[in-house]
Amino acid sequence: MNGTSVTNEQQIQAIIDQLKHKPGALLPILHQLQNTFEYIPANAIALIGRALHQTSAEIHGVISFYRHFHTSKDSTHRVEICRAEACQARGARALESHAKKTLGVDYHQSTADRNITLDPVYCLGNCSCGPTIRVGEHIYGRVDTEKFDSIIRQLTTTTVHIQ
Amino acid sequence: MTTVYLPRDTTTLSLEGEQVATKLLAQAASDDIEIQLIRNGSRGMFYLEPLLEVQTNRGRIAFGPVRPEDVASLFAADFCNPTFDTQSVTAHPLYLGLTEEIPYLKNQQRLSFSRAGIIDPTDIDDYIAHRGFIGLAKSLQMNAQEIVDEVKASGLRGRGGAAFPTGIKWQTVLDCPAQQKYIVCNADEGDSGTFADRLLMEADPYSLIEGITIAALAVGANQGFIYLRSEYPQAELILNEAISHAYAGNFLGDNLCGSPFKFDLEVRMGAGAYICGEETSLLESLEGKRGLVRAKPPLPAIEGLFGQPTVVNNVLSFAAVPHIIADGAELYANYGQGRSRGTLPFQIAGNVNQGGLVELAFGTTLNELLDQFAQGTASKRPMHSIQVGGPLGAYLTPAQWDTALDYEEFAAIGAVLGHGGIVIFDDTVDLAEQARFSMEFCVEESCGKCTPCRIGSVRGTEVIDKIRNGENLESNLELLDDLCETMIDMSLCAMGGMTPIPVQSAMKAYRAEQLDPAAKPAEVC
Ligand SMILES: Cc1cc2nc3c(=O)[nH]c(=O)nc-3n(C[C@H](O)[C@H](O)[C@H](O)COP(=O)(O)O)c2cc1C
Ligand code: SF4
Ligand code: FES
Repeated sequence: MNGTSVTNEQQIQAIIDQLKHKPGALLPILHQLQNTFEYIPANAIALIGRALHQTSAEIHGVISFYRHFHTSKDSTHRVEICRAEACQARGARALESHAKKTLGVDYHQSTADRNITLDPVYCLGNCSCGPTIRVGEHIYGRVDTEKFDSIIRQLTTTTVHIQ
Repeated sequence: MTTVYLPRDTTTLSLEGEQVATKLLAQAASDDIEIQLIRNGSRGMFYLEPLLEVQTNRGRIAFGPVRPEDVASLFAADFCNPTFDTQSVTAHPLYLGLTEEIPYLKNQQRLSFSRAGIIDPTDIDDYIAHRGFIGLAKSLQMNAQEIVDEVKASGLRGRGGAAFPTGIKWQTVLDCPAQQKYIVCNADEGDSGTFADRLLMEADPYSLIEGITIAALAVGANQGFIYLRSEYPQAELILNEAISHAYAGNFLGDNLCGSPFKFDLEVRMGAGAYICGEETSLLESLEGKRGLVRAKPPLPAIEGLFGQPTVVNNVLSFAAVPHIIADGAELYANYGQGRSRGTLPFQIAGNVNQGGLVELAFGTTLNELLDQFAQGTASKRPMHSIQVGGPLGAYLTPAQWDTALDYEEFAAIGAVLGHGGIVIFDDTVDLAEQARFSMEFCVEESCGKCTPCRIGSVRGTEVIDKIRNGENLESNLELLDDLCETMIDMSLCAMGGMTPIPVQSAMKAYRAEQLDPAAKPAEVC
């Protein structure tokens, strides 16, 4: 769409301007950008750098340190499977191999239709009711392979494509 | 009109709690029954979530675990009839009786979690009605030294893992002459098997806000940050709601509670790095940097956030403080034993029948905790090994379960009590695989600053793979031990320095079983 990049850049700048005065502003800015765009747009890096008097390399270095931040939108849904011990004790290893097999992807990869990206996560604080997964802002407990399949089915059938 | 309660905590929501709430309201409307639905926090009996409670003339009665498809039968049984003990109600299969009489809850010693599940988490009047802000009001009548002395006298030690005396840390910050000091609440709760911080923030956020504010008065800080992990979206929502109400009610901000003091508090989100739970890495992250661990000294208490004196404490350390100030240090110190004073919320997790949060005074043995609360595994198989104290804690075999839950007694057997997470495994566990995972976790989460942690952990996974394949067994076992020693001796922080604890304890149990398969514990649950 024409003009998108301009709007996008103005939006990025507005977020930066709103937060740059906070002490330690970088993480709040990155979070706000990701909440808005679902990832950190490439053209945001230089703008952040300028506002915070840091180099683009420094900003990149911070983004890449944190698992939570993404620099591209790989798919519509991000599905995170808890790999940590309490979920392992409830069958998380079987769940993760089932997930990889049925989706045909490894961790950090997306399905061919770009509907789902599979990521690992280390504990979601739901350790009495594992295995636990997270899809967007929603956390699901006691996820056996059957429940996993039904969650994935819902994601597949209710996909809204925004052009 | 009947008041009913259904939590809005993460666990409840993870088990279709929202669908239960929607159905409740819809059916009440269609049946013309007036109910007031309060979305409380969890009582911590996670095996019963979603736990639905009804206010009756004798107290709250409970039903659980409620699934969306149970709602119709609950209405058919007239569950929200506020007259206690209606026959149709007590006959319902999910009926649990008076909530407070459920042994899991009744047999606890709840201090920090006394309000959890009872109040509406963000209703500030409800908090006040349940003895909220008494500690703060009292603190405003005390001078800074008096507050610090009270915390020292309580014997409170940091609940984040290292168990450093909280009062001594506060004294150091109080004694610094700086103009600008900070309070930082460590809500990064990265340990697998722990959820007490989350439960508290979702069930009783004002007690955390109150504890942090008292700390600010005690050391002379005017700015605070709660560093919250990004894996906790629901806690973020509830904390921010509570903080904005606290500002509106003048419990935060300028001239708080009409005093000359000013204190601002803000939630800052982490971004999925376990190492940012380590306090200096956390401070780097708050400053907007990569979470690389800083060398100590200087202590954060002297040169912390932005180089200023900073109190860094765990959520539970702060949350214990309002109670200590309101009811006196002595009362708190009367709980517990030895140098472990007060209570700790144990978090029973993993393969367990009755998982949840159990707040008890220090001193109960692990076995007693398992017998009274856990009630076996979820898989109905025998319990086999238990990892206590998070991913850097030891795997304990049944012979060690008689150890008292006490910092020193755990340290004496080479184990870690830490943040109180208890992860249960049944007899299908492959301990060598668990040992490998501990190394893998270290590979994944190392900040990368020291070689033994960054590279040693990669080598560790390779060596354990060889051991599992039976390659040059003796020499590889020796190599693994050497590697672990190097990590212990040469790591800057406990990430690299303590990863050998789960690795070596798991490998030891694994080897013992290999050499004597008959020794495989057959503890029936
Ligand atoms: C690798 C690592 C991870 C840690 N994670 C946490 C954490 O998630 N939460 C926490 O409160 N403390 C954590 N700690 C302990 C903190 O460094 C620090 O001791 C604590 O925040 C101090 O507060 P306290 O005295 O109230 O426990 C961690 C330490 C290490 C070495
Ligand atoms: S031990 Fe590991 S996590 Fe800790 S400072 Fe060294 S490299 Fe970083
Ligand atoms: S270990 Fe999976 S939610 Fe905590």
